Amino acid sequence: MSPQILMDGLINGAMIGLGAIGITLTYSILRFSNFAHGEFIAWGAYIALALSGFLGVLAPSLTAPLGPFSFGWSLPIAAFGAIALTAALALLADALLFGPLRARGGASIILVMASFGAALVLRNLLEFIFTSRPAYYADGLQIALRFLGVRATPDALLCLLVAAIVVVATHLFITHTAVGRAMRAVSENPELAGIVGVDSRKTIRLVWILGAGLACLAGIMAGLVVQIRPTMGVDLLLPLFAAAILGGIGSTPGALLGGLIIGLAESTTVRLIGAEWRAAVAFAVLVVILLVRPRGLFGRS
Amino acid sequence: MILDLVGYAAFFLTMALTYAIVCLGLNIQWGQTGLFNVGVAGFVAIGAYVSALLTTPEAAGRIGGFDLPIAIGWLGGAVIAGAASFLVGALTIRLRADYLAIATFGVAVVIRLCALNLEHVTGGPFGIGFIPRPFASYAGNPTLFSLLNLALLALVVLALYLALERLLRSPWGRVLRAIREDEEAALALGKSSVRFRLQAFAIGGALMGLAGAAQAHFIGFIAPDDYLPTLTFQVWAMLIVGGPGNNRGAIVGAIVVWGVWAISASAIAAVFPAGEQARAASLQVVLIGLALCAILLWRPRGLLGETRIVSRHLAGLSQSRLALNHETRND
Repeated sequence: MSPQILMDGLINGAMIGLGAIGITLTYSILRFSNFAHGEFIAWGAYIALALSGFLGVLAPSLTAPLGPFSFGWSLPIAAFGAIALTAALALLADALLFGPLRARGGASIILVMASFGAALVLRNLLEFIFTSRPAYYADGLQIALRFLGVRATPDALLCLLVAAIVVVATHLFITHTAVGRAMRAVSENPELAGIVGVDSRKTIRLVWILGAGLACLAGIMAGLVVQIRPTMGVDLLLPLFAAAILGGIGSTPGALLGGLIIGLAESTTVRLIGAEWRAAVAFAVLVVILLVRPRGLFGRS
Repeated sequence: MILDLVGYAAFFLTMALTYAIVCLGLNIQWGQTGLFNVGVAGFVAIGAYVSALLTTPEAAGRIGGFDLPIAIGWLGGAVIAGAASFLVGALTIRLRADYLAIATFGVAVVIRLCALNLEHVTGGPFGIGFIPRPFASYAGNPTLFSLLNLALLALVVLALYLALERLLRSPWGRVLRAIREDEEAALALGKSSVRFRLQAFAIGGALMGLAGAAQAHFIGFIAPDDYLPTLTFQVWAMLIVGGPGNNRGAIVGAIVVWGVWAISASAIAAVFPAGEQARAASLQVVLIGLALCAILLWRPRGLLGETRIVSRHLAGLSQSRLALNHETRND
């Protein structure tokens, strides 16, 4: 494997991994596969775009490129606002749609169907507001750095670094804090967790905030490294599911590892077969896992 | 003028009836068996492409074009789509219900990719044209031509409806419902839930393929963009509106939702300027998506709802006792 394929795969895999953590958390704690998760990625990217554009109008100096990067201070500042707003969007979806359906106590597949409807609504709203033309955080072209026979833009390297920090922080949060333990308790056994005094409503809110926040970050990265489009979320959905299942449902490190594997498989395919088959890679990986080891790498049977 | 109107109504109804077939297929999978298929568009596309390949005349630069009769194309489309459903089902039906949803979503993505990229078979982004149309010799008289096509589709839908109603009331159909309602009890009675589910999923997929073939031959032209996720979503809206589990509901839902869709599309064409229409069309999907969520929240049984008792042996039971049974089961 050439170092360039490895680098492309890592950058791509980091975005998939961040999104897949949200999928795996919703799946293990709320117990349904959320087809609207991809839309949190797209909404996160667009909210950041709108906020950073707004900041640029207020204070044009904020858009001056920072060092080697393509964007100015407006984007990192906007990112915090976008994470908060994407989390608010997820909480709103839960309050209006998923919560009431959960309260009714029907089959979890109804929630899947509702998430499918919500995804279409969210995606088409984006298309209505921002049109389907691709958008970018910054206009300028960036010169790639060359080192060890690899080319990568400073933006992409920064994304990789941020993703690594965020994933480690998320993992520590889930394994080492009281709320994190409560989340794992609810995913193991909701009734028992309720009996020992875990507030399941609070836990569910936390899952949405965490999942949507990570999705927003993945969206901003995808927007920086690739481009911003209304369909960017739905295009990532299959890789996200494949990564979450490959890693084992409920496992945060598993989701990240799954994301990296899918990312590497995609970059290898793009190099060896052709970019037009990229979208089929996640499906191929998914079929292999379902045949060989349906519970994934770190999943419990 | 009146002839134009008749022609348009016939065209509209024929399209709606092709959707009704997809909807009947989805009804077997979801309504009767509780299997969630997010890749409806993929299975419809398989039927359309297979039938187009079998029946179009030979074309330069493209494999296929076997110039076979239309009926063989329809049959081939249904069989291949059914086989594809069987494979996807065999892979996932033993696992959690969500895995089937994810796998079918993947199938739709991959089928679209194949349609776009395998240019020597599918014609790539430009698709396949010159698909033979039934009653093509009457094409000189558009009204008659539309009416003949409508009659053909109506016959197909009627035949499928009668067959499915029979199937639903047969021992096979009752086992399906038993599995959906209480899998453990059905297992205890010695019914292999995996086998029955797989059969239902394959039959549903075959119907979707048949519908895709019928639609392709009615329009005469197919391209990858005809099979976007929006199609899956329209069919789901049709089934949910009509009432999952009810075959008549599936047909009524298809006609109602297709009607709402066609009317709102022409409203958008009339209200918005040409440059803004693509954008406004996304609003159409938003509205119908909201409607889908609202129905799930407030009227989960749809317009017609499911006939809960299909066995004639139980037909004599009084409604109150049934309601009581139903209550206790839900506890």
